[in-house]
Amino acid sequence: MEQRDDIIEYSLDNHHSEEEGKKIRKKIWKVTLILSIVTLVEVFFGAMVKQGSSMWLTVKVLFILLTIVKAAYIVMTFMHLGDEKKALKWIVLLPYLIFMTYLIFIGLAEGAALYPRMH
Amino acid sequence: MAGHASKEMKANKVDWGGKTSPFSVSYGKLMMWFFLVSDALTFGGFLVAFGLTRYSYGGAWPIGEETFDALPFLTGSYPLAYVALMTFILIISSVTIVLGVEAGHRMDRKGVTKWLLATIVGGLVFVGSQAWEWSHFIHGTNFGRVELSDGSVATAKGEFGKIHDFEIVRPGSHYEGVGTKITNDNITAEDGDLMHAFQHAAAKRKLSGTAGAMMITLHDGTVAKVNKEADKDLQLIVKVPGNDYAVSSAADESTRIHEADGSVDLYYEALSKGNVVYGANLHENEYGPQTYGHFFFFVTGFHGFHVSIGIILMIIVFINVLKGTYEKRGHYEMVEKVGLYWHFVDLVWVFVFTFFYLI
Repeated sequence: MEQRDDIIEYSLDNHHSEEEGKKIRKKIWKVTLILSIVTLVEVFFGAMVKQGSSMWLTVKVLFILLTIVKAAYIVMTFMHLGDEKKALKWIVLLPYLIFMTYLIFIGLAEGAALYPRMH
Repeated sequence: MAGHASKEMKANKVDWGGKTSPFSVSYGKLMMWFFLVSDALTFGGFLVAFGLTRYSYGGAWPIGEETFDALPFLTGSYPLAYVALMTFILIISSVTIVLGVEAGHRMDRKGVTKWLLATIVGGLVFVGSQAWEWSHFIHGTNFGRVELSDGSVATAKGEFGKIHDFEIVRPGSHYEGVGTKITNDNITAEDGDLMHAFQHAAAKRKLSGTAGAMMITLHDGTVAKVNKEADKDLQLIVKVPGNDYAVSSAADESTRIHEADGSVDLYYEALSKGNVVYGANLHENEYGPQTYGHFFFFVTGFHGFHVSIGIILMIIVFINVLKGTYEKRGHYEMVEKVGLYWHFVDLVWVFVFTFFYLI
């Protein structure tokens, strides 16, 4: 293959030393522990608190918040989007979050509006 | 290799002036991120459609901890234990791949090999678990869902009494001898096993009688007495109201129809009329509205498809690691790209877990 010196090899920038690796691994195990605990908490509440009980709304909101916490840890640490350049981080997150927030709002509002018409 | 150029180029610090990537990532990695955003929109669309449908049904929707409470090899109720296990398996496989990526950044070929292999195994275990769950969902519970005489629809909970045998009353074309007992040892392949034959007969209106004295008509026309232990603590959870029964509240078990309220008679009356649905397919399901079944198969199926693709990609990368392709290339970025995809699959499952099973 022809050698080109105008192409920057970004793939090499991610290399790190043994000491840095140790630190990264420590962080990975920490996040693993957090994700496992959060999942256990979710299952515990899911099995304990029944739908329709007075606590249900609180638990439902808790589930959604914990899910977002889990998602944030996976995206920011495991997919190391948190370590990428700000430009990349926001070009991935912002369009998605804006569009999904809108879609969730409109989807649930339409669903609720359909209910009386279907019954 | 053009790595030596990287430092000079970076020195000029102009992000959007051309020549350099404003994101400081390679083309492949950037495209993987863009693909994942579009795929995330697809899954987001599915889950929102699921939410829209659920909202349009008001409260008449299956409840996760009631629907998914079975474990392989065990009877009894273990709400959400199995899906929690599946979630845990996927989280752990996400951890093993990120450790593989980390090893790649140190050019540690042995480490990459080890963690990639672990992730492939984790992925296969997950797909296997999903296969069991689908199978369970399709075959359904021992009790199924019944339509009661007043028109209300209910699912049943409790411990299904064991069927010992079918005692022949009037022989048909295959089974012989009045009083002979048909067990799982001498039952025909067409009838399957006792439980299968019982459910098949119930759905085809070939069961008659009451709880203690049921008669079954088998495939060959044989009429037999069902020798079955009594069910324990049979409760009917009303899902659709009828003339006599209102919908049971998930929060209050006293709103179910218990044995003291005549649940046994109601249930077996429905069975003898053939008003029962076992399991799920594309036409009916015992868990709730038909759309629920469609969404279950489609969303978990599409996710399972992604997992399978991920396993195939990882196997390809694994072979390249063994061949030393990335060692020669000077970096293990391919592991990182496949890793991104794999984390995404885990991420989707986190949301499916919450919105399909928990809420």
